[in-house]
Amino acid sequence: MAERKTTPYLLSAPALLVYSAFLAAPLIAVTILSFNTFTMATGIQPGFSLANYAEVLTDDYFHRIFLRTFGLALLVAAIAALIGTPEAYILHRMAPAWRSAFLLVILGPLLVSVLVRTLGWAVLLGRNGLINSALIGIGAIERPIEFMYTMTGVVVALVHVLVPFHVLAVWASLRRLDPAVEAAGLSLGASQATVLRRIVVPQIMPGILSGSLIVFTLAASAFATPSIIGGRRLKVVAMTAYDEFLNSQNWPMGAAIAAVLLAATLVIVLGYNRWVERRYAQAFQ
Amino acid sequence: MMTRNGPWALAFHALFVGFILAPLIVVCLVSFTTESYLSLPVTGVSLRWFRAIAGSDFIPAFYNSLYVATAAATIALALSIPAALATARWRFPGRDALTAFFLSPLMVPHIVLGVALLKFLSDIGLSSTYFGLIFAHVIIVMPFTLRLALATLTGLDRAVEWAAWSLGASHGTIFRRVTLPLILPGLAGGWLLAFIQSFDELTMTVFVAAPSTMTLPVRMFNYVTDNIDPLVAAVSTALIFVTILLMIAMDRFYGLDRLLAGKGAR
Repeated sequence: MAERKTTPYLLSAPALLVYSAFLAAPLIAVTILSFNTFTMATGIQPGFSLANYAEVLTDDYFHRIFLRTFGLALLVAAIAALIGTPEAYILHRMAPAWRSAFLLVILGPLLVSVLVRTLGWAVLLGRNGLINSALIGIGAIERPIEFMYTMTGVVVALVHVLVPFHVLAVWASLRRLDPAVEAAGLSLGASQATVLRRIVVPQIMPGILSGSLIVFTLAASAFATPSIIGGRRLKVVAMTAYDEFLNSQNWPMGAAIAAVLLAATLVIVLGYNRWVERRYAQAFQ
Repeated sequence: MMTRNGPWALAFHALFVGFILAPLIVVCLVSFTTESYLSLPVTGVSLRWFRAIAGSDFIPAFYNSLYVATAAATIALALSIPAALATARWRFPGRDALTAFFLSPLMVPHIVLGVALLKFLSDIGLSSTYFGLIFAHVIIVMPFTLRLALATLTGLDRAVEWAAWSLGASHGTIFRRVTLPLILPGLAGGWLLAFIQSFDELTMTVFVAAPSTMTLPVRMFNYVTDNIDPLVAAVSTALIFVTILLMIAMDRFYGLDRLLAGKGAR
């Protein structure tokens, strides 16, 4: 077929145009905004100032919020890995018919609005919610436990929202696993536990690591679930940016918070990928 | 030979599935209550809260979401097909950078996109317009349509296109009569995934939508920050059922696990 050198550029041009206008330009605009200043009296003042960044990076109030957010993300990623990995392996060993049914059950909720899933937890965890009623009903506790507006509640709901991503990542790497290797290990007299530890886990490690990264980054920038379950008392970074923009009207500060979140996320993602690559480059040499 | 899951594994599996389904089932159950507060329907089942949706302002919000998601998914798909053809079929300088750029919205937290688009759209005078909202959604869903288009195009056997060409078909005819029908299931799967992503998007839309263009998730978010009642549970139940139907359709088109493989991947 006749192929000209300009053809691929022409084919990508429409998408490139839309991306430049609605992705690149807004990100540049918000970066510039983050260097502006704001006071209640004068509103947004153009100019170049590092004051917003200085405040985000030095103020205790912001330190607490960033530490809480990344601590929460770390905890959620760890729990998701701890329960998601075995679940993916169990799915992997099921008969095909059961497996596809349960894959639908476990991955399907990813398509249900985060808001709906969070609402379910609000109903379950409330003071008069199902969990408290059940615990009081069986006499385990006398007064309801407060789950709403606590870290426990936020962690449980976020793990629920994000664990399918981990299952999916591990499931994808399990599909590439050659069952003959497992069978060989067993036939040579290795116990099931040894096969798991020495054969399966090392091979699906890339899946576990990439699943954890996905869950971590999504948890670090989560908005709906922490706002509804955690509320004002347990502010996370995303909520703080939201408040600066839509409640305080301090757009430059909100922009600086978002920029720091983006930078921190990118540093963690790239650093983590680098670390994983180096580790596995050694392992396979 | 495949070894079976032991009883402990199956018990764990049951707990896991219970954990995944519990909040969804609970939302469905409480929406059938006869009371005006959240409770399980122990005294009787009623549809009063489903009937109450009809007169509420969830309805216009639902239509807004429907318009925006349909437009965004369609535009994203229309932009993805030529872009995917370019990167799947040609080797050209900047090809990898271009693909990375097209997939980059997956790496940017939606909260960052939200603040960036709020600032930008108000600068260029497009804030609180459907146009701005739709193109903001195009950016969010295009990685999904592009990835599906790329996957189906690279899986395509080009010999059938060459056969058509050798028989004298023009480029346009080949694309319309040979290539497009072959990649259609993948494109349909990508469109549906994009539609659902756009329909459910909250974090970015909260910044970009105005009262007149407010989408269903934004309306629901504003509602539940005030109070959680059976009405919003009924809206959620309706959403769960619609999602199940769409999910079955998607599973038929393409296989849900293959489709979702790109959802969270960075």
